[in-house]
Amino acid sequence: MTFELHRAASADEARDLLGRYGDDAVVLAGGTAFALLWKQGLIRPAHVVDIHGVASLRGIARTNDGWLRIGALATHRDAERSAAVREHCPALAATFAHVATVRVRNQATVGGNLAHADPAQDPPVTLLALGAEVETTAGATPLGSFLRGPFETSLGSALLIAVSVPPLPAGTRAVFHKFLPRTADDYATVSVAAVRTPDGNVRVALGSVAGTAVRAEAVERAAGEGVPPREAAALVDEAIDPVGDARGSAEYKRRMARVWTERALLDLAA
Amino acid sequence: MSTLRIGFTANGTARVHQIPAEMLLIELLRDVCGLTGTKEGCSVGVCGACSVLVDGVLVSACLVPAVHVDGREVTTVEGLAAPDGTLSALQERFIVDGGFQCGICTPGQLIAATALLRERPKPEEREIREWMMGNLCRCTGYQRIVDAVRGASA
Repeated sequence: MTFELHRAASADEARDLLGRYGDDAVVLAGGTAFALLWKQGLIRPAHVVDIHGVASLRGIARTNDGWLRIGALATHRDAERSAAVREHCPALAATFAHVATVRVRNQATVGGNLAHADPAQDPPVTLLALGAEVETTAGATPLGSFLRGPFETSLGSALLIAVSVPPLPAGTRAVFHKFLPRTADDYATVSVAAVRTPDGNVRVALGSVAGTAVRAEAVERAAGEGVPPREAAALVDEAIDPVGDARGSAEYKRRMARVWTERALLDLAA
Repeated sequence: MSTLRIGFTANGTARVHQIPAEMLLIELLRDVCGLTGTKEGCSVGVCGACSVLVDGVLVSACLVPAVHVDGREVTTVEGLAAPDGTLSALQERFIVDGGFQCGICTPGQLIAATALLRERPKPEEREIREWMMGNLCRCTGYQRIVDAVRGASA
């Protein structure tokens, strides 16, 4: 088995190639997810559009209007070590640092992670809680509507260009917790990100406990209204739909989602 | 094109090969270049046996598309010793400290630790364990590997 490999020299060329080949094409960025899916026979594209060499997609910067913009080809390690990411939101840098091992973070890209839409991944959780937007060649989309289901996005044949995080008011607190009962390089049993702005607005998102990273809006409302963390965290139940696997039964993940949501809310209050 | 021509250096030697588009770096190194020091363990990026450096960056050769080393410099365990065969300080410490038993993970351990010491010449034990966490060894219990890395950094 093989495929036609198209090495794009620019984002425009990649966009045109994707437009031409449509559903017969997949994008190759860092290659971690691509290699795993290819080996298992889960993808057999006729055309592969390789964007690895498009240097303009790699940058990370804070824009003049205060947004943090992470190019699709920035690696997880680029993001974890970036001064711009750390200044904008240390919890986001820490989230990238929690992914797998240094080898994987050196190769896997931020855009590839979002386009792959693995529901057990860490970065979408914190990005969702921060209100991030995904920039594609077809326009900008809030991350929450970009993520449609397990390994499913609204991307279609567009190319993911960057993910952008809006400005955070001074005094905003953000935390990320990844519960790893097995090994430090594993996927989370549950992950939680929580953000509180100085006006008391709270956002909470979870990973590994639904078909995508999800917001827990009932928790957010309760925490924002001053309901104590334990009672607010109990409302996480209605936002999640965990599946039992080697990282715990569905019931165990439900309990752990409450525990770690409470801890995240306690951290925000501390 | 389902095959393509790439040029890169492997341990300082310039190479040009015509390769299938779907080839992975582990296959390029072992089957095309004959650099069998790099081992294939889990094949899914978890065990670290296939750790190599691409332009000095630590990656899993089992997950890297071979086409992505076009124009780049690859370092494998065969490239750690000096051209005259003198082992690196780290390799010496692995021998002195007994940082291996069966040896299957050793090329990956050496490459990973080489990358660590380039980035942090004097890592703390916690940093060594954190960095090397993704290089599995089923023989040593890790203490002697940590000892060797610390010894080489001193």
